[in-house]
Amino acid sequence: MTGARHLYVHLPFCSSRCGYCDFVTVVGREGEHPTYVDALVTELELERHLLAPQIETVFLGGGTPTFTQPDALRRLLEALPRAEEVTVEANPETVTTALARLLRGAGVNRISLGAQSFQPELLEVLDRVASPDTVRRAFYHLRDAGFDNISLDLIYGIPGESTSALEADLGEALALGPEHLSCYELEAKPGTRFTHVHGDELGRQAEAMEAYFELVVDRLTAAGYRWYETANFCRSPLGRETRDLRARHNLGYWLGRDYLGIGVGAVSTVEQRRWRNTPRLPAYVSALADGRRPEREVEALSDAVVREERVMLGLRLDEPLVLGPVAAAVDEAGLERMRRLGLATVTQRGASGRSISLTRRGRLLGGGVTAELLA
Amino acid sequence: MPQDRIRNFSIIAHIDHGKSTLADRILELTHAVSSREMREQVLDSMELERERGITIKAQAVRVDWKGHQLNLIDTPGHVDFTYEVSRSLQACEGALLVVDAAQGTQAQTLANAYLAIENDLEIVPVVNKIDLPQADPDGAAAELADLIGDSPDHVLRISAKTGIGVEDVLDAVVERIPAPAGDPDAPPRALVFDSSYDEYRGVVAFVRMVDGRFEPRQALRAMALGTRFEAQELGFFSPNRRETPTLEAGEVGYVITGLKDVSRLRVGDTLTAEANPASEPVPGYKDVKPMVFAGLFPTDSDQYPELRDALEKLKLNDAALFYEPETSQALGFGFRCGFLGLLHMEIVRERLEREFDLDLLVTAPNVAYRVKPPHGEWREVHTPTDLPDEVEEVEEPYIKASIIVPKEFVGTVMELNNDRRGRFDHLEYLSEQRVHLTYELPLAEIVLDYYDQLKSRTRGYASFDYDLVGFRPGNLVRVDVLVGGEPVDALSLIIHRDAAYDRGRALVERLREEIPRQMFDVALQAAIGSRVIARETVKARRKDVLAKCYGGDITRKRKLLERQKAGKRRMKQVGMVEVPQEAFLAVLNLHEDRR
Repeated sequence: MTGARHLYVHLPFCSSRCGYCDFVTVVGREGEHPTYVDALVTELELERHLLAPQIETVFLGGGTPTFTQPDALRRLLEALPRAEEVTVEANPETVTTALARLLRGAGVNRISLGAQSFQPELLEVLDRVASPDTVRRAFYHLRDAGFDNISLDLIYGIPGESTSALEADLGEALALGPEHLSCYELEAKPGTRFTHVHGDELGRQAEAMEAYFELVVDRLTAAGYRWYETANFCRSPLGRETRDLRARHNLGYWLGRDYLGIGVGAVSTVEQRRWRNTPRLPAYVSALADGRRPEREVEALSDAVVREERVMLGLRLDEPLVLGPVAAAVDEAGLERMRRLGLATVTQRGASGRSISLTRRGRLLGGGVTAELLA
Repeated sequence: MPQDRIRNFSIIAHIDHGKSTLADRILELTHAVSSREMREQVLDSMELERERGITIKAQAVRVDWKGHQLNLIDTPGHVDFTYEVSRSLQACEGALLVVDAAQGTQAQTLANAYLAIENDLEIVPVVNKIDLPQADPDGAAAELADLIGDSPDHVLRISAKTGIGVEDVLDAVVERIPAPAGDPDAPPRALVFDSSYDEYRGVVAFVRMVDGRFEPRQALRAMALGTRFEAQELGFFSPNRRETPTLEAGEVGYVITGLKDVSRLRVGDTLTAEANPASEPVPGYKDVKPMVFAGLFPTDSDQYPELRDALEKLKLNDAALFYEPETSQALGFGFRCGFLGLLHMEIVRERLEREFDLDLLVTAPNVAYRVKPPHGEWREVHTPTDLPDEVEEVEEPYIKASIIVPKEFVGTVMELNNDRRGRFDHLEYLSEQRVHLTYELPLAEIVLDYYDQLKSRTRGYASFDYDLVGFRPGNLVRVDVLVGGEPVDALSLIIHRDAAYDRGRALVERLREEIPRQMFDVALQAAIGSRVIARETVKARRKDVLAKCYGGDITRKRKLLERQKAGKRRMKQVGMVEVPQEAFLAVLNLHEDRR
């Protein structure tokens, strides 16, 4: 191993908390942003030896990275290593002309914009601050600043949603012509206030979810997007478009590559060790202020677990999974069953040997199929 | 003891009409047990029997009363044990017929009274519980006298609980019941009316000496089965075991046989001496055959060896219990068990669960069928899947049901019997209020929920008893349940053709609710042979994937997947379809839901 080629940076701050969100987030605390960035920079220094000399991707996720106080954000971006793909997650209401310019100027070349929906009433259910117009305005600010690789996040299965509302959302999103789309079903965590408030309606949405998912896949592929990962779509190379627009950073996860994560609650996986930093902000900041590594939860990954994860993640992609390195994790009888049910196909290719692809239906049922395929 | 000083008798009573209390009072009065020793209901030795208020295994107790030897032979009180009752009665010359002063004659009392009359026993009618506020001793006495063709004045009126009239009962036993009249000098003959198993001594036979005498160390032979053994010990119960040098003509006692296999000595057989054998056995022996069958499976397949050991142990004491290994693709390894009737089945099941701490899954009970395949020989079928697709004829066991109800319930009882393919036989007024009905019914219609239906439709007032009357042809079919085209053995059933459609539909509808959606459509079918009579589909899942999976989620998602896999391992595989064990349970419970 020559070191991790993917770097994740977690920025936990948000202007307000969305009811459905279960990421490590902190509301407000503008005064603490600079100290937090100091901590990130210190952690990066402590772990730099784990990174390859030349890394491929950097991803700033949150939280709301673009809510971070601008000077602190600029300082962070400058401290990070150069990479071919640098993505920042942005919430629409935070995207101003100035912010777009700041990001562009600091070498960011990809934005993941959390639109979630274009229906005002659904945005409200999600506690989102932005209105549909804010989403569109943010998108154009980014385009104006020169961003030519923008991803939109959409959520479906929101309490109160209908098939026609989802169709409208997809239409609105497509009208903006983003390079990339991530579409997630709403995952309401049991025990949260959100789940409590929307209990019955969430049940109804859960029943509609399979129809929603097919609708998303059908609509986006019909519009020329490549369904390259279970929940991710990108514009296919076509006409003037020649780029591979898949999210390179995330592709790193799905291909089982090593990645370093810095920040509160961030997860790293390097050389069959996985660790998660403490999710407690004060503990994280104070440890690094003393020049110490933050408290971590460490998991050693056995060869078997690594293979299992490779299968689990690899089958989310539209490219065939080469069987060779993971063959020990795959149950041949299960594979044969899935093949007979028309959910998987096996192809033989010269040097790389056998590989598994899931059919369209196989991908819709990816969880169950994976459970069948794992030995 | 000279035979003219001996009296052998039984007590015939409905459950809770006071048989055990009367027996206790007799023991107390004859000083067989002191009041201090007196334990409630000495005769019912097993915990389970006491709880259910019934006596499963007969025992005999010898007491002295005014220079006479009285042998009280206990009888089981339930329909499943009719044959055992009849053997017990055959060991007596008379019987006390005990009826509750408040409740009057019940169907079981009636059935056993008829058995006693058929056995030429002298009946001593007794009305018990005269001390109860709601008692109607005169009414009960009149009904009882009418039943046995006696005078109401002749009916004894007692309270076993308070002891009123119990001495008169003992005097009546001596005065009215004839002494045994065997030949003390003839070759010995002893009727086996019950047996039990002792871990150290082997099979213990309860016998009534008819002729001659037995001595210890004598070589004996069971005449019907041909089993030979040496009498290791002779004795009687009083109520504790007492050894005795001889058993004489007319006496009742036990013989310790040393036999290690209870099936080698059957109730109803006759013991005689090898050296001096009798030429004819005591008449009436028949081989009792199980009529009700069900599959018993451990819910936890690891408990299979324990279930096998437990059945082996039960069988030692219960010659009528039948079992053989059965493998079901749905339920795993278990046993197909045969029982005399439903109560017998319940008792066995409860003993397995309680005494052996087993968790059992019991399939819907079915009866024994006689089947003649085309160009084949008649044979008996004990499990639905053994019924061939092609049959020339099928016969099923029929019973004669005897039901006593207050007259206002006659209509509803007739309706129930008609629904259950019953054929009306006879209706008779026992008194102005109470009616005795007899019907012929297929046993199969009784085994599921008949008794509960009868009780609920008559608000608990009906009493019920039955007697097997033999096999009769029936328009019967086997309904199979297919999941994804594969038959599920545990769910097959044999049923009258007219009911097949409804039952088949109910089965597949219930199954549809229980089988989780799979990655493909699953057809659920009920079929008679190749003809599908009901069909449902469990539609395929269209989505089964977790939306989001990034660097921070991988461990959690992997653990979810591992749980999903572990869940799959707990599923039963029917062809390609994964069926949770609970689905089978729910469908098997369909029968119980009807209760």
